[in-house]
Amino acid sequence: MHIMEGFLPATHCVGWALASAPFVAAGAVRIRRVVRQHPEVKLLLGASGAYVFVLSALKLPSVTGSCSHPTGTGLAASLFGPTVTTVLSAIVLLFQALLLAHGGLTTLGANIFSMGIVGPFVAWGLYRGLSAAGASLAVAIFFAAALGDLSTYVVTSFQLALAFPDPAGGVAGAAGKFLGVFAVTQVPLAISEGLLTVVVMNLLGKYSAGELSALSVLSRRSA
Amino acid sequence: MLRRNLLLLAAVVALAVAPLLIHGPHAAFSGSDGQAEQLITRIDPGYVPWAAPLWVPPSSEIESLLFALQAALGAGLLGYYFGRRRALSELDRRPSPDVPGHAPD
Repeated sequence: MHIMEGFLPATHCVGWALASAPFVAAGAVRIRRVVRQHPEVKLLLGASGAYVFVLSALKLPSVTGSCSHPTGTGLAASLFGPTVTTVLSAIVLLFQALLLAHGGLTTLGANIFSMGIVGPFVAWGLYRGLSAAGASLAVAIFFAAALGDLSTYVVTSFQLALAFPDPAGGVAGAAGKFLGVFAVTQVPLAISEGLLTVVVMNLLGKYSAGELSALSVLSRRSA
Repeated sequence: MLRRNLLLLAAVVALAVAPLLIHGPHAAFSGSDGQAEQLITRIDPGYVPWAAPLWVPPSSEIESLLFALQAALGAGLLGYYFGRRRALSELDRRPSPDVPGHAPD
């Protein structure tokens, strides 16, 4: 999902940066409020960011014969809400752009939009919706993490298709081609991310019940 | 819960190992980000990237060092978090000793 440095036209870079900026700002405000109201969840916030760090560093083989990596954003989005996860993703993407030449500064806005905004909003919406519909915690967090991961790669495909429409098939034709590269490869990885996030949630349920209840109070108030 | 978590982790490992077995030793397993880059140059052969990374790891060894560092930092903090939580929840469950001023958490 990392669009490489210089691989989007300048107008697209500016557009995606402008689209992402308000979410980063809202997330920063929300992090300050969460930490002030519930100082006890500070370390859990760090651990959720650490989960994004680990998962987005793991390039895994897929059934398509190529490699990709999970995003790790579903956990933080389900616990802290989507905009907090936007900030965590932005930090990881900046680290990778500066130290790994993975992604880029010009494409940072576009990459934040797919990994830090759409993925977390999909995950958060599914987690809330499935929980409200009576699904178990494990089922809700599995679909939140897996489909949040997959949706990030779908967004990347459309971002590239908008920038590089196919001479014959237009934007739709190009989207099909980019989805062929990203989405199919991502399916087994998204399932892996879903399963791993269920494990983490099981551990949190056992050892961090206090923090989880502080957070659900918090999200009920501001939802 | 331990049993269930181990089963889930085994499924994750199986999902990572299966592609290696299916494709055998000759598959490239190149990155999807790089494949997308190649697709761009096929769709629009005249496209010239207008920016380059400020710094590129000088070799693939250095790159994998930095990726390992990224994963290690994350895993280290996660391990610290769960170790701390587990110890605190065990202290909470123990009957509090008669030491004045002892307040778990």
